[in-house]
Amino acid sequence: MEAIILQILNGLDKGSAYALIALGLTLIFGTLGVVNFAHGALFMMGAFCAVTFSNLLTLSYQSPEPTGTDFLGNPSYDDLFYVQQWFGEAAGAWMMDWAVPLSILFAIPVMISIGVIMERGLIKHFYKRPHADQILVTFGLAIVLQEVIKYYYGANPIPTPAPEVFRGSFDFGAALGFDPNVIIYPYWRLVYFGFAAIIIAAVFAFLQFTTFGMVVRAGMADRETVGLLGINIDRRFTIMFGIAAAVAGLAGVMYTPINSPNYHMGMDFLVLSFVVVVVGGMGSLPGAVLAGFLLGILESLASMSAVIDLIPGINQVIIYLVAIIILLTRPRGLMGRKGVMEE
Amino acid sequence: MSKMNLTRRGVIKTGAVAGAGLAVPTYLSAANHAGYTNAPQGDTVTLGFNVPQTGPYADEGADELRAFELAVEHLNGEGDGGMMPTFTSKALKGNGILGKKVVYVTGDTQTKSDAARASAKSMIEKDGAVMISGGSSSGVAVAVQALCQEAGVIFMAGLTHSNDTTGKDKRANGFRHFFNSYMSGAALAPVLAANYGTDRKAYHLTADYNWGYTTEEAVRSSTEAMGWETVNAVKTPLTQTDFSSYIAPVLQSGADTLVLNHYGGNMVNSLTNAVQFGLRDKQVNGKDFQIVVPLYSRLMAKGAGANVAGIFGSTNWHWSLQDEGSKAFVKSFGTKYGFPPSQAAHTCYVQTLLYADACERAGTFNPCGVVEALEGFEFDGLGNGKTLYRAEDHQCFKDVLVVKGKENPTSEFDLLEIVEVTPVDQVTYAPDHPQFSGGALGTCNPGA
Repeated sequence: MEAIILQILNGLDKGSAYALIALGLTLIFGTLGVVNFAHGALFMMGAFCAVTFSNLLTLSYQSPEPTGTDFLGNPSYDDLFYVQQWFGEAAGAWMMDWAVPLSILFAIPVMISIGVIMERGLIKHFYKRPHADQILVTFGLAIVLQEVIKYYYGANPIPTPAPEVFRGSFDFGAALGFDPNVIIYPYWRLVYFGFAAIIIAAVFAFLQFTTFGMVVRAGMADRETVGLLGINIDRRFTIMFGIAAAVAGLAGVMYTPINSPNYHMGMDFLVLSFVVVVVGGMGSLPGAVLAGFLLGILESLASMSAVIDLIPGINQVIIYLVAIIILLTRPRGLMGRKGVMEE
Repeated sequence: MSKMNLTRRGVIKTGAVAGAGLAVPTYLSAANHAGYTNAPQGDTVTLGFNVPQTGPYADEGADELRAFELAVEHLNGEGDGGMMPTFTSKALKGNGILGKKVVYVTGDTQTKSDAARASAKSMIEKDGAVMISGGSSSGVAVAVQALCQEAGVIFMAGLTHSNDTTGKDKRANGFRHFFNSYMSGAALAPVLAANYGTDRKAYHLTADYNWGYTTEEAVRSSTEAMGWETVNAVKTPLTQTDFSSYIAPVLQSGADTLVLNHYGGNMVNSLTNAVQFGLRDKQVNGKDFQIVVPLYSRLMAKGAGANVAGIFGSTNWHWSLQDEGSKAFVKSFGTKYGFPPSQAAHTCYVQTLLYADACERAGTFNPCGVVEALEGFEFDGLGNGKTLYRAEDHQCFKDVLVVKGKENPTSEFDLLEIVEVTPVDQVTYAPDHPQFSGGALGTCNPGA
C-alpha cells in the first residue's frame, strides 16, 4: 500500500511536467493548427532561462587572495558577487539562493518573446502547409535551438539547486500513520506540483473569464467567422503562441532543481508529451491535463520492482501500451472533439 | 593443327615480360602497404582520434581531443614535452614517431556504436589512420576495437570501464590503459568496510547495458565478500532522466546503502534525485543511510553539484596527484587550456604516448610489432605509478584511486578528494577470472 501511495505521489510531479508541456502543445494546435515539435525545446529554453538568471545573479569580480593558490600554483582570487555589493551581503545571498523561483520573472518576458518571434519569423509561413511539413520544420528548429544551447552552455548537466528551505523531503508516511521513512517526498516536487496546478488554473481562467480568452475560444471553434466580425484573430493567436511558449518555459524553469538541465532535456519530454496530447484528445485542453497526470502516474506505478518482476520491461513501454489501448477504444482520445485532425 | 615453335630466345623474352608484369603490382603493393594496413608514406604518420563530439558526452570528448592535441604537439617536439621527460621509457625523441611528423584526424562517435564504427572506418580507409584511439563508452569501445582488429590497425582505448573490453570482448589489436569495473569493486570494498562497517544492506540501481552489468557484478561480489548483503538490484533504462520512481522504494526495502551503477547524465540525475529524497538524512537499521558511486568522473560530478559531497567512488586518475608525471601533465594541459585535465583526457594522452613509444621500440608501425612491444611492457612516470600492460589481456595494471566528493570545494575543479591510493596488487586478478571469461585475445592482425 505504501509503495502504491509513493508511486502515485511520484507520478504527480512527472504528470505535472507532461501536463504543462501538453497544455502548451494543445493551445498551439487548437489555435493555429500547427503540430509544434519545437515545444520540447521551449521547455528546455525555459530551464536555461533559470540557468542564465542564476549566472547573472552570481556575476562577480575577482579580488586577490593573499594566501591561496590555484591548481597551477599561481596566486588565486576570491569571487566577490555584485549582488552582494549592491544589495548587501544578506540580501544578495538570499537572491542567489532563490535564483530559480526569481528567474520566473526573467523567463516570462523572454519566453513570450521567443514564442512570438518563432511564430512570426518561421511558423506562420507553414500554416497552409501539410502537417508533415510543419513537423519537419519545427523538429529542425528544435535541433537548432538545442545545438545553440549546447554551444554556449556545453553538453554536461548544470546544477541549479532549489532554495535551501525547500531542500530535503517530507515524511508523508509519518503524517498518514504509516511507519516513518517509507513514504517520503521531496519538498521541491510538492512545490512543482502546486506550481503546475496554479499555471493550469490560470490558463483555463484566462481562456474562460477574459474577453481575450473568449475571442480565442471562438477563433478555435470557427476562425473564419471570427475574422468576418472584423477581429484580428491572427494577432491573438500569435499572443497565444507566446503564452504557450511561456507555459512550457515556466515548466522548464521550475523543473531545474528536480533534474540538472542539459541541452537535450526537451527531447526527453517531447515524444511523451505528444503521446499525452493524442491520448488526451487532439485540441482538448482538459484532455491534455488529464492525460498528463494519468500517464505520469501509470509510468511511476510501472517502475515498481514488483511490477517489473511480473512483466519485465513494462516500465519502458507502459505509456505507449496505454496509448494504444485508449486509441483503440476511444479513437479521438479521452476528451477529443469530433472533426479535429479528421478529414 | 597448330604448330608450337619453342625457341630459347622466345622463352627468355616471354619470361622477362611476364616477370616484369607480375613484379609491377608486387612493387606497388609493397610501396602502399609494406605488409600492413596504412603503412605511413612520406614524412608523416596519421593517427585517428574517435571521440564523442556531439551527444551527451560531448564535453568529455572535447577534453579527450584537447589531450590528443597536446600529445601530438609533444610527440612532434613542440610545447613543454608534458609527461615525456617523466616517462621511464626514453625511446621518444620529440621528432614525431620513427622520424615521421604526427598528424591526426578526428571522428565523432556520438556515443553510438554504429556511428563510432562508421567514423573509425572512414579514418582508416579514407584518411589512412594507422591507429585509432578515444571513446567515452564501453559499448563504443568494444565495437571499435572489433573493427580495428578486422581492419588491421591498433586500437588504444580511451575511457572504457566495462570488464568486457579486456574480458570477453578483448582483441589482440586492442589495448586499455583505463581501469575497469573489477578494479573499482576491489579498491572500493575495503574503504567502504572501514568507513561504513561490514554489516550493510545494499540496494543497487544499475544502468541497463554492458557497463552497468559488469560494474554491478564487480561491486556486489566485492562487497558481499566482506559481509554486505544485497537486498535488491534494479535495472534502469539508459534513457531514464527522472529516477524518483526507482529511488522512492529504496527505503521501503530495508536497505541502508544505495549503490548507483550509473555514469554520465544517469549518475548526475540519480544522485541528485537520491539526495532530493533525503536518503542521506535518514537512519536505517540504526545506521546513517549512505550512497556509493563506483565510477566517478570529475566532469560529470560537476553536474551533480554539492550532492557529491561525502560520497565514495573510484577514479582512474585525478589532477591533484603529486607524482612528477601528473604534475607535469597538469602544468602542460592547464597552461594551454586554463583548467586541469579530466581522467578521460589523461588516459587518452597516455595512450597516445604509449603507442608512439611502442612504435619507436619496435622500430615499425606494423601492428604486430606494436603489439609485441606493448605486451608485458612495464613503465612509470605517466601519473599512475608503476604500470604493467599485461600480455594475456592487454589490460593495464596500476594503482586505483578511491575518492570522495569534497565537502567544501575551493574551486569548480576541486570536487573530489583522494582518500586512498589502492595498491596494484589489491586490484590484480587472474586472466581467467570468472568476471572476464568467455573471450579470446586471438592473434594480431596486420591487415593489408
